[in-house]
Amino acid sequence: MPKQAMYKRGDDNGMWPILKMVTQRLALGVVTLFVVSVLIFSSVEFLPGDIATEILGQAATPETVAQFRKDVGLDKPPVERYFSWLAGIAQGDFGKSLANQRPISELISSRLWNTLFLASMAALIAVPLAVLFGVLAALYRGSFLDRSINVMTLTTISFPEFFVAYILIMIFAVNLGVFPSISNIGPETPFWDRVYRSVLPSLTLTLVVMAHMMRMTRAAIINLLASPYIEMARLKGITRSQIIIKHALPNALAPIINVIALNMAFLVVGVVLVEVVFVYPGLGQLLVDSVAKRDITVVQASSLIFAGTYVLLNLLADVLSILTNPRLLHPR
Amino acid sequence: MKFLKELATAPPTAWFGMIVILVYVIVAVFADIIAPFSETEVVGDLYLEWDQTYWLGTDQLGRDVLSRLIYGARNTVGIALATTILSFLLGGTLGLIAATLGGWIDQILSRIVDVIMAIPQLIFALLLLTVFAGRAPDINLGFTSIAGASLTLILVIAFLDSTRVYRLARAVAMNIVVMDFVEAAKLRGEGLGWIIRKELLPNSMAPLVAEFGLRFCFVFLLIAGLSFLGLGVQPPTADWGSMVKESATLISYGDITPLIPAGAIALLTVAVNFVVDWMLHRSSGLKD
Repeated sequence: MPKQAMYKRGDDNGMWPILKMVTQRLALGVVTLFVVSVLIFSSVEFLPGDIATEILGQAATPETVAQFRKDVGLDKPPVERYFSWLAGIAQGDFGKSLANQRPISELISSRLWNTLFLASMAALIAVPLAVLFGVLAALYRGSFLDRSINVMTLTTISFPEFFVAYILIMIFAVNLGVFPSISNIGPETPFWDRVYRSVLPSLTLTLVVMAHMMRMTRAAIINLLASPYIEMARLKGITRSQIIIKHALPNALAPIINVIALNMAFLVVGVVLVEVVFVYPGLGQLLVDSVAKRDITVVQASSLIFAGTYVLLNLLADVLSILTNPRLLHPR
Repeated sequence: MKFLKELATAPPTAWFGMIVILVYVIVAVFADIIAPFSETEVVGDLYLEWDQTYWLGTDQLGRDVLSRLIYGARNTVGIALATTILSFLLGGTLGLIAATLGGWIDQILSRIVDVIMAIPQLIFALLLLTVFAGRAPDINLGFTSIAGASLTLILVIAFLDSTRVYRLARAVAMNIVVMDFVEAAKLRGEGLGWIIRKELLPNSMAPLVAEFGLRFCFVFLLIAGLSFLGLGVQPPTADWGSMVKESATLISYGDITPLIPAGAIALLTVAVNFVVDWMLHRSSGLKD
């Protein structure tokens, strides 16, 4: 608690408290990214042999192994390899795939764009719906609407992604025949066609993420409505809509934005399974294929992108929740 | 008696959950007796229709789908349960130790957990499964045997999930450690193990039990997801996630066979969630 109090008073070290907090979070985010990259890089070092023996197999002669290690740069110390890996990534060079020797950046670029497209499409549907229903459930707490939303969210949270996906395929692709069950899109696919083919995967993602978002929004609002100043406003006789618009919403913004950003992070990972179900040519599909082929450099690169996005979105949630907090914005 | 009274006040959703869980347990335990055929036996032609002998037809190798579904209850739920128990043993113990000892041990453990949790669980699991694939031997525990692939899966997921358990156990224990009775125990010179077993554990049981249900659901879904991707439980072990994957193409022909194992997964998680929801509700004393 004393830490909190210090931030609130603010001026004691001549700096805006909010600026200080944001810088602190950003610094922490950079450290996290660094540690995550070290962890992903070094996971391979746990292999009993190394990539060379892994690829060439047990039967390879020591000379071939030595030659291969030299070609790939495995003969250098790990720290040096790590920094050259990192430097390469900073310039968009992820190294080469072990399976087919193609540059990884070539494999990744179009797929990354596809994945981001799918995730944003799901976000565009899920966020407004989730916030609307979350707020409604909180306002009419205990009503039939609230209870049915509660049971529904509890149910969809419990469903595996592929179950939701196959039910949607069953209904919309097989029985009604309105949307394709396989999203084969390429770089030349026109925009609206791309949207059309991505409807089912993004709907699946929406259903999976929305439940979390709705529950968290509801909890945030209920928490808020229980605070003394809302009760005060109610006692003063202000109308219900005024209370919500003037008193509740500005304070609810921070938790809601936080919830949204957290769920975007969740969504980016949820993409993996959904992409596989719909054979959607995204990064998740690449990751899964590479794990099956044990193509460790591609696994590393795509894990780094997923983990990096996840860390950044969590960081964004953190920073936004500071920036939208009225108490921090108007320090006394 | 008190327990029975509590049960009587359970809402219908919790009742539904408890009955479903009971049915699953019975099916898992008595799979040998209930299943009409064995787990891996090829009994007929490929992809037979549903009929009187093969209630749910046969799969891509001609094995009876219903039998595999029943054995799947044992394998899939068993693996998820083993993983959750291991995760709680590891995370719970470390969390309680960190809370009791504090200082640098707490700092080191907590920072390691922070780092692991910064990477999304599914992605980290995929990375670790790539590295450790094919390294674990098949083991035989006497009453059951575990395939190497399943063992790797259990260890990797238990390790990753124990970070969540660690956080909760530490947070719960932190509030107990500062109590006078723990102080008194420390002053009379009781050892770390004694304090954890006799003072901390009994007092932190309620939230940990509820968390066990939630973690089980999470682990269960994660493992099902990995198996569905073909990276979790490996054939010929009957497993619901892999069964969905194997029969997935049938869905385009309007055959609902892939939905059955997927639905079995969904139903159990829903059931556990309903029960946990009720337990949390009761222990938090909320009446909304």
